[in-house]
Order: sequence, then structure tokens, then C-alpha cells
Amino acid sequence: MPSANALLYDTWSVIALWTAIAVYALAFICYAVDLAKRSEASVRQKDRQAQLVGAGGASVPDADGSDEPVPHGNNVMARIGTTLTGIAFLLHLGATVLRGIGAGRVPWSNMYEFAMTATLLFTAVYLGVLFWKDLRYVGAFMTGLVTILLGAASMPTIYTSITPLMDPLKSTWLVIHVFVASLATAFLALAFALSVFQLLQARRERRAASDDALADKRSLLRTMPSAEALEGLAYRFAIIGFIFWTFTLIAGAIWAQDAWGRYWGFDTKEVWTFIIWVLYAGYIHARATRGWRGTRSAWLSIVGFAAVLFNFTIVNMFFEGLHAYSGID
Amino acid sequence: MSSSRSDLTNNTAADPRRPDDHYDSAGPGIAQPTLGVVGWLRWGWRQLTSMRTALVLLLLLAIAAIPGSIFPQRMANPNGVTQWESDNPDLFPIVDALQLFDVYSSAWFSAIYLLLFVSLIGCILPRTKHHLSALRARPPRTPARLGRLADFRAETLAADPERAVAAAEARLRKQGYRVERYDSGGSRSVSAERGYLRETGNLLFHTALVGILVAVGLGGQLAYTGQSVIIEGTTFVNSLLNYSSMNKGRLVADDALAPYSMTLDSFDVTYVPYGQNGAGQAGDFSANVTVREADGSSEEGAVRVNHPLRVHGDAVYLLGNGYAPTITVRDADGEVVYRDSVPFLPQDDNLTSLGVVKVPDGLEQQLGLVGFFYPTQAELGTGAMTSAYADLYNPVLTLRAYVGDLGIDDGTPRSVYTLDPSGMEEIAGPDAEASSLELSPGQTVDLPGGRGSVTFEDETPEGADVDEIGYTESVKRFVSLQVHHDASTGWVLAFAILLVAGLITALLVPRRRLWVKVTPDGDGARVEYAGLARGEDPAIRRAVDELAAQHEKDLRG
Ligand code: HEM
Repeated sequence: MPSANALLYDTWSVIALWTAIAVYALAFICYAVDLAKRSEASVRQKDRQAQLVGAGGASVPDADGSDEPVPHGNNVMARIGTTLTGIAFLLHLGATVLRGIGAGRVPWSNMYEFAMTATLLFTAVYLGVLFWKDLRYVGAFMTGLVTILLGAASMPTIYTSITPLMDPLKSTWLVIHVFVASLATAFLALAFALSVFQLLQARRERRAASDDALADKRSLLRTMPSAEALEGLAYRFAIIGFIFWTFTLIAGAIWAQDAWGRYWGFDTKEVWTFIIWVLYAGYIHARATRGWRGTRSAWLSIVGFAAVLFNFTIVNMFFEGLHAYSGID
Repeated sequence: MSSSRSDLTNNTAADPRRPDDHYDSAGPGIAQPTLGVVGWLRWGWRQLTSMRTALVLLLLLAIAAIPGSIFPQRMANPNGVTQWESDNPDLFPIVDALQLFDVYSSAWFSAIYLLLFVSLIGCILPRTKHHLSALRARPPRTPARLGRLADFRAETLAADPERAVAAAEARLRKQGYRVERYDSGGSRSVSAERGYLRETGNLLFHTALVGILVAVGLGGQLAYTGQSVIIEGTTFVNSLLNYSSMNKGRLVADDALAPYSMTLDSFDVTYVPYGQNGAGQAGDFSANVTVREADGSSEEGAVRVNHPLRVHGDAVYLLGNGYAPTITVRDADGEVVYRDSVPFLPQDDNLTSLGVVKVPDGLEQQLGLVGFFYPTQAELGTGAMTSAYADLYNPVLTLRAYVGDLGIDDGTPRSVYTLDPSGMEEIAGPDAEASSLELSPGQTVDLPGGRGSVTFEDETPEGADVDEIGYTESVKRFVSLQVHHDASTGWVLAFAILLVAGLITALLVPRRRLWVKVTPDGDGARVEYAGLARGEDPAIRRAVDELAAQHEKDLRG
């Protein structure tokens, strides 16, 4: 049941969300400046290979495979970006919680709310991962993606005011299914960003191998881990995303069994969830197949995430099916 | 990251078996077929069970599933197909011939997934056999030159060599490694391996996939789904005859239905009041029923959305609901010739509903009534009527009346929800002299030409406080229920749980080898530590470092 003060809560939620969007946009700018600075720094910096030879490779046998980025002198902008992302996250969290209190239920029951919660998890996962590994070079991508998705979700066509839930949505399985799907998407987004960098890096490495001049050219990629290391990172996020996605699929089937009397019926949304699952299974296989590891498998990770975004936007809004809960007319 | 493609220690019996084109396999790729039928067959089989084939089939499966989300599917949305046909009459035969309206049972989709599962079975059988024996294998011999491994470190410790190697063995065993001592020449070493569970998980995952496919396939043959309509106060007897539609699998016997009956005692629903967000939205549906067994015992239950009622292994679902106005027709002498509650099918969210009454006997001519029921009647700008709210605030029934031949005497099956008025004479309605009959609950109007009368009965219970409840209980409601029986759901769920368990194990358990080699060195010992990842193992480097640190600590402590 929505709270008696639903409108008040929602108003504050919307204000907090718009503020969060603005701060995300600032964070994006800082991260983008940091990327630009990296490419400048790379000129002054020795390439990782060069550094390795200089340092006497033998004592650090694993250095060339490291998946940490090369530290570059001036990373103030990256630090500011991360701080801003943290602030935006808190605002975003506040907005989501207020919406939940106002609605008297979990805040992920229509497209607007789902976008809000999913992007909240994107940021949570990204910030959480930073404790483990310095991935600030994907910060521009993550904050950019969140800014765009949140901005789009807040447009009048998608924004929906608090309404009571329709009966089929009153289910614990909905709570689990949608939450885990968002979590999966967050990890798949990180994997996507890393796979894109992997492709760029692989191209640079190929060129640099044949052209010495290029090896010294400025490029932000020179401060990043090798293509192989990026691939390893992307793979790790992708498998976590895949496990959550598998769980999403199963939780969705259990819910469909309760709500519609069959666990699987090839409804549009079910079809796309399945397609995405198969694509990522393909990606995992490709990583283990001779001739597909590397660049080709990275393309599958990219196609997989494109399908995730397609499912979330186009399929939700334009395809007919039973999952007609976007709340948009 | 560490290379797992070392030639040093590949190909021991304990390694999981992989198709030739697995990146980690030592195989030379798929060899040219030797001549002869057997050679070709073997070559074909190896092609089919290769990683590349599995991958291509997976990608084909993903692509082949897409059209099913673009074209309406007969299975899920038969009306959509009919609509598509009338929108695109020219294209329809071509698209239909390509089976694009039945994608998931089409020949091409089936071919892809059947090939994939043949490949899958061909892949897991030899791997399972191999893995069962690998589970008993000893960790491999310590490589002669550990220093060539990527994850390697060496220390010189002041410790007795035998004590050092024994301590390393104990430590590794404690960490869950399978260990084996290999001493040769001057050096002692312990070889350790862990993560057999990774391959177990992988096989469990792939086997569970086969399990799901088989359970779903068999389940479909054993399942049945029927739909029926029950009006408040009436009883449904569970037999094939009483279903308005029934789909059953090939292996379902005719007497498979359990003998029980179900009475709809009442139907609850609440509506969001005017002036609130989502006004008029209906929710909290509950069909309150009494289920009676063949032996006479009975039990009350409720069918709600998301909460199917379980009866005898059947699951009963609430599909829809609506109003069933009670209509009485009398002849010119005032004798009742017809009296029934007739389900009117909802046409919109405010339950503007369409219904048909057929009175074949008792009047001079057969009588057909077709019309709308508006729970809260309102007028549109155009003057047409509509319903403004789904609850009963201003219930109105409007009916066109026809006399003539209803076309039901020749035995042709006709839907009770439609009436074909061609060949009948309209006696009340837009195309007749008299206008449509218009009734509120409790009202009676005469049929034109002294043919008799029609009454819209007020079903408000006796003794109810009419000032309080108004019309809200004046019309009975009906529910449409779906009875579903599928014995395979439990199996599918069980395989799905195994699948997830297998997947998590296969992806997250590291499989690795560690070696500790101790060579006497003056008073102390030179201790070498090395590790080798088998498959993805981001933590191998840390594992080697931690082993070295703990080992030193063990020796000191
Ligand atoms: C029905 C379609 C299939 C699906 C959905 C599927 C899915 C997966 C997934 C998710 C993994 C990663 C988890 C794990 O390591 O267990 C995997 C791994 C693997 N699959 Fe499949 N698979 C399918 C068919 C096949 C077939 C036909 C083969 C045989 C050619 C095969 C061989 C393998 C192998 C060898 C691995 C281990 C890869 C590695 O070393 O990392 N799979 N599969």
C-alpha cells in the first residue's frame, strides 16, 4: 500500500534523483578528463614492456601480465571523479529509498523504478569493485551510462508516479527476480566496458608490434593493462553476471509458474532473457575454444551486453507480451 | 595473469578431458579423416562434439530465438497471429510456411537444439568416464625444473630438509589438496593438486541441462491445461466435458482427471477509489471456493493471483473475472421461459462487457439478445455509452433483440459468446423500429410486439443494507479458472537447482597444482614453490605466495 504521504516522498525522491544525475554528470566529466590526461602521461611514461626490461624482468616474472593499470603521475581528476560518484551514489540511494517508503514496497516495480534501482546497483558494484582493483579507467563509462539511463528514465514519458501494484506483481519472486537481474546487469556492464578496452588494446598491441613508432605514441591505452589481462578481468565479471543471470532466469520461471500457470511460455521477455543467457554461455565457451579466445570472444561479450540493453529498453517499451508492467502508456 | 598452457605438465591422466579444439588441450586440432566409412564417421562425430560446433550451435540458437519475439506466436498469442494475417494477407502464407508463427516448435529451431544436445551428450559421456577415473589419479610428478613455471619462488631456509618437506605436505593436505611425495636424487618434493570439483561442477551443469530438456519434453506429454468459467453460487465438476477448452499431452489418459467439484462461493476484488493515482485499478482478487471430494468431504480455499490453489496435484489459477447479469425472459402470458446468469466478457479495464443470451424454446420464435453491460454507465462525448468504473455504481444493461433462427438446431457447435444475427429479424435496436432494451437491476421491459418481457434481476442478497451498499452486490460475478496439471515441474526445478550448483562450482572453484621441492643447501635447505593453474585461476600467484609464507611460519613455529 502506498504511504499516505506518497506524493511528498516522491517529490523529495525526484529532487534527490535529479541532483544525483547532475553529480553523476560531473563525475563523468572528471573521469573523462582523467582519461585524457592518461594519454598525455603515457608519453612521458615508458611503456610497460620497456619498463619491464629496465627493471630486469626476472625478479618480477609476472609483471607483464598484471591486471593493474600503470599508475600515472597526476590522477587527481580520477580521485575527484570517484568522490563525486560516491556522493551521487548516496543521493541516488536516498532517492530510491524515499521512493520505496512512499510506495510502501520495493522500488522496482515499473520501468522508472527499475531503472533507478538497476543503476543504483551499477554504481554500488562499480564502487565496491574499486576496493578490490583500480578500475577507475572504466569510471567514465559507468558514470556516463548511469547518467544517460537515469536521465532517460526521468523523462516524462517514462517517469510514473506512485500507483498501487497490480496483482501479478505482488510476489516475493518479483522482488528476487528483478533485484538479481539488476545485479547481473551491473556485472555484465563492467565486463562490457572491459571487453571494449580489450579490443582497443589488442588493436594497439598488434599495431605496435609491427610499427615501432606507434609503440611510443601517446595513448591512454598505454597506461592500461594488456589486452590479455583486460580479457581476464572482463571474464571474471562476466561469469559472476552470468551466474546471477542464470538465477534470474530460474526465479522468473518460478514466478511465471505462480502467476501464469506455466514456468515457460516463450513470452517476449522470456525469449530475450533466454537469448542473453545463451549469448553469454557462448561467450564463456568461446573463451575456451581455440581460435575464439581473445578478440572474437570479446565481441560476444559486447553483443551480449547490447542484447541486455536492448531487452531493457526496446523490448520493454515496444514489444508485446505478458510482461506489460513498464507502467508506460 | 598466469599461463595455464605450459607444456611442462600437460596431459596427465588427472586433467579433465577436453575436445581437441579446447584452447587448453594438447590435441593437434581435428585431424584429417582417414579413409573409409568408419574414419569419416569418427571424423564427423568429432566435428559434432567439438567446442567450435557447440559454440556455433549456441550462437545459432540465440539468433534463431529472435524471430519468435518479433512475430506473434500461435502458442502464446493466437489472436495476434489472426490479427497479423488480416493486416498482411499477402505475406502471411510465406511467413507461415517459414514457421515463423511457431518458431519454438519449428523444424529449424528443433534441428538446432537437438544437434546441440546430441553434441552435448557426445561431449559429456566421455568426459564423465574420464573424470571418474581421474578422481582416483595421483597428483602428477614434480617437474624437473620448477623455475620454468610462471608462478614460482624460491627461499633458502634454515631447516632440516625432511622436516621442511613434511611440513609442506601437512600444510597442503590441510588446505584440501590431494598430495603425493616424489623424492628423487638429492631432492624431496611434494606434488599437490586441488579443484577436481571444478570438473565435477562442469559435468553436473551440462548433465542438468540434458535433464531439464528431458523433463520438459516428457512433462509436456503428461500435462493438461483446461479452462472453465464459474459463476458465483454455481459448481464446476472436474470432468473433460465441463471445460470450455482443454489441452492435453499425448500421454494423458481420458480418465486422468481427479473427481472433485468446486463451488464459487464468492469473489472478492477491491478497486482504487476515485481521486487517487491508478483510480479504478482492480486488485486483491480472490475467488473463494469450496472443493468437494468424491467421498463427500469438503474444504474451503481461495484462488488468488500468484497463489494458485492446489487440488489433487492440479493447480488452479485465476485467469479473469467479470459480471454475469441474471436475465429472465417471460412469454406473453408471463410464464418464465428462460432464466440464467450469463457471463459477459470484459472488453476494457472498466469492465464494459459484451454478452449474448439465446432463448431457443418457449416463445413463438427463437429469441437472441446481444448487448453490453456497463457496471458504471457513463456517456461519451459522442453519445455512445461506456463504463467509467469497474465496480457496480450505476449498472446498466443494453440489449439488441433478434427473432428468427438461432442456428443451433442443426447441431453445428456454436460459441455461447457469439450470435450470428444474419437471417434473424432485429426487433429492438439501432436497425429496428424499437430502440435497444435498456435495464437497471430489478427492471423489466416488454419485448416489442407483445412477445413477452425481459427482466434484469437484482441479485442483492435479502436483508442487505441497500442504502449502504447501493448496487454493488446487484450483479453476480464470474471467474475464469485455469486448471493445470504438470507432474514435471518438480523435476525441472530440481534440475535447475543442480544446474546452478554445478555452474557456481564450475566457474568459481579454482583448479590448480602446487609443488614444493626441497634441496639440501649447506646447513639449511633451498625450498622452491611453484604453482600451475588449470583453467581460469586469478588467485594462483597469491596461492603460491601464501603457501611460502605459511610454510616458513610452520617451520619456525
Ligand atoms: C546446451 C548447450 C550448452 C550450454 C548452455 C553450455 C554452457 C556452458 C557454460 C555456462 C560453461 C561454463 C561453466 C563450466 O565451466 O561448467 C560451459 C563450459 C564448458 N562446456 Fe558447455 N555448454 C553447452 C554445450 C556444450 C557442448 C556441446 C560441449 C562439448 C563440445 C561443451 C563443452 C564445454 C566445456 C569443455 C566447458 C569447459 C570450458 C572451460 O574449460 O572453461 N558444452 N558450458
